[in-house]
Amino acid sequence: MSQHSSTYVPKSAFAKWFESRLPIASLVHSSFIAYPVPRNINYFWTFGAILSFMLVSQILTGVFLAMYYTPHASLAFQSVEHIMRDVNFGWLIRYLHANGASMFFVAVYIHIFRGLYYGSYKAPREILWILGVIIYGLMMATAFMGYVLPWGQMSFWGATVITNILAAIPVVGDTIQSLLWGGYSVGNPTLNRFFSIHYLLPFMIVGVVILHVWALHVPGQNNPTGVPIKSSKDALPFTPYATIKDIFATAVFLIFFAWWVFYLPNYLGHADNYVPANPAVTPAHIVPEWYFLPFYAILRAIPDKLGGVIAMFASIAVLAFLPWLDTSKVRSTSYRPLYKQFFWILAADTLLLGWLGAKPPEGWYVIVSQIATAYYFIHFLIILPVLGFIERPLPLPNSILEAVTASKKGGSGIPAGANAEPNSKG
Amino acid sequence: MMKRTLLIAAAMIGLAAPAFAAGSEAPPMLKWSFSGPFGTFDRAQIQRGFKVYREVCSSCHSLNYIAFRNLAQPGGPEFSEAQVKALAAEYKIQDGPNDAGDMFERPGRPADHFPAPFPNENAAAAANGGKAPPDLSLMAKARTYERGFPWFILDVFRQYAENGPDYLHAVLTGYHEAPAGFQVPTGGHYNAYFPGNIIAMPKPLSDGQVEYPKDESGKPQAPETVDQYSRDVTAFLMWTAEPHLEARKRLGFQAMLFLIVLSGLLYFTKKKVWAKADEASA
Repeated sequence: MSQHSSTYVPKSAFAKWFESRLPIASLVHSSFIAYPVPRNINYFWTFGAILSFMLVSQILTGVFLAMYYTPHASLAFQSVEHIMRDVNFGWLIRYLHANGASMFFVAVYIHIFRGLYYGSYKAPREILWILGVIIYGLMMATAFMGYVLPWGQMSFWGATVITNILAAIPVVGDTIQSLLWGGYSVGNPTLNRFFSIHYLLPFMIVGVVILHVWALHVPGQNNPTGVPIKSSKDALPFTPYATIKDIFATAVFLIFFAWWVFYLPNYLGHADNYVPANPAVTPAHIVPEWYFLPFYAILRAIPDKLGGVIAMFASIAVLAFLPWLDTSKVRSTSYRPLYKQFFWILAADTLLLGWLGAKPPEGWYVIVSQIATAYYFIHFLIILPVLGFIERPLPLPNSILEAVTASKKGGSGIPAGANAEPNSKG
Repeated sequence: MMKRTLLIAAAMIGLAAPAFAAGSEAPPMLKWSFSGPFGTFDRAQIQRGFKVYREVCSSCHSLNYIAFRNLAQPGGPEFSEAQVKALAAEYKIQDGPNDAGDMFERPGRPADHFPAPFPNENAAAAANGGKAPPDLSLMAKARTYERGFPWFILDVFRQYAENGPDYLHAVLTGYHEAPAGFQVPTGGHYNAYFPGNIIAMPKPLSDGQVEYPKDESGKPQAPETVDQYSRDVTAFLMWTAEPHLEARKRLGFQAMLFLIVLSGLLYFTKKKVWAKADEASA
């Protein structure tokens, strides 16, 4: 996965024999041991490892849940309760899986906003970034279908709302909808195919993640200065430096994860999903999981159904065009005084949209959603392209090493720690 | 400036208004033995709560996910095996078909689930004014109330997960006189905490209705009041909704301790490893 030539030398006779037939040991060595990482990357760069851990955790807990779960409209809810009550540690596996989905999104949002802040999407990392957007899309599809499986009220009505949205797509919408339904409404065939696809997509995510890591290891990691590695002094070998940092960060993330699993296991879900699905009774508020709320707010902000659907998909698709929408040559926001302000406004706007997504679409909420939605697109389509032309960036350090030593001496530069807002004094 | 502040304040009240439009009050937050990181069920309380369920709620509400044997499991009411056996035997359970192809009734066994009060949902609805009384097994997790900003954020830090129990207790004790001018339709009952304030279920509990076990001095173990009945039956329903709550919190503490120590050790390992990198750059 790395262009950097491997320094791996097989020692034993078996290793030599194996290496000449399948050079996997040298591949691992060059990708995860000798691979050079910028010495100044901060803790925001550990989320790739955290996400890999979460993906494996979700697949493992999911495989165990599938051993007991029954994808049938009249048995699914009961089989989940069977897991919760009668299967040894079933409650633990299920809470790990359900909360794990949320943790996966917490990590991916930090990972995405890190990319936005440090300009990780800019050349030569466009393909890496677009693969990331694809993974994010697959994650959303997986999470949505997973939430349907317990077949509670919110599962059923969430599935109904989202599949109805897809019907708004011109020409193919109805076909997509009936293919997903497997009938004329959300029912047992829908649950069956959602289970099947929910089991399939994570392995597709694994495939795209492999491409994502490959595309990362060609240009190498970005870093808080955005200045590329210029000499071997700017970099450190992945192992032990990045490895130990990633393991430490994952352990800390697990504390956060455990807090939800053991103490607030149902906080991130909906009480309504402990009521079995009932097509005859609509819940008072149909609300998606927290990680979909900003997009749900965008969907409902547009008074027209098709318009809402287009806006919702566009709000995600626009990310794929970022490498070309951002006209600034400077990667790191630390050296972009104007963009820095707009970055935080966008972050606040997304949080506001998330809050609005949980509110009923009435009165003030609608107007505020419309303003926030408009701003979201203005940020990407107008502010970002224009800023590159009018902004005067701060002087960049000559090298990563220079930035590191400057910050060590207490002067300016970027602290290498887990600082949320890097020093921008120049 | 003042005028502008007022305008903003007015706009914010406008934003907040829909939250109160539903008209029901926020339930009072009670102290529950099972709240917090070290919470456990109060055995005596959930045994009393079971008595309330059995003598009052069970005439209309099923408890489908609970088997008699669960009552003897660790982390629950922890009745003795003999008590559970005797209790199960008091119920008639339909079984079959037998060798002759007939359904028959037999005394209950610990492995049987609580029999539902009605044979099916339609029968339950027909007997209760058109709407079937919901199953109570998961009720403590299936109901909640809106916390609103900023409480929903603070709840994460203080581990407030008792929204369901607080709401159940509030509804059970929330049968008051309707305020003047409030029209209660026939078949409905005013409840201060039920969303929309009109609940189909008539006031289920009254003082002295359920006899509690007596202590040595002959006094009941706990006050025989609507408030106490509501607390006890709610605690029992929290157990039926989350029978492994105690095991979960116990394991949680061990997992937390382990992860914090592990993170600490990893932190120092990381520091040691990175010291070499810093030497190289200095």
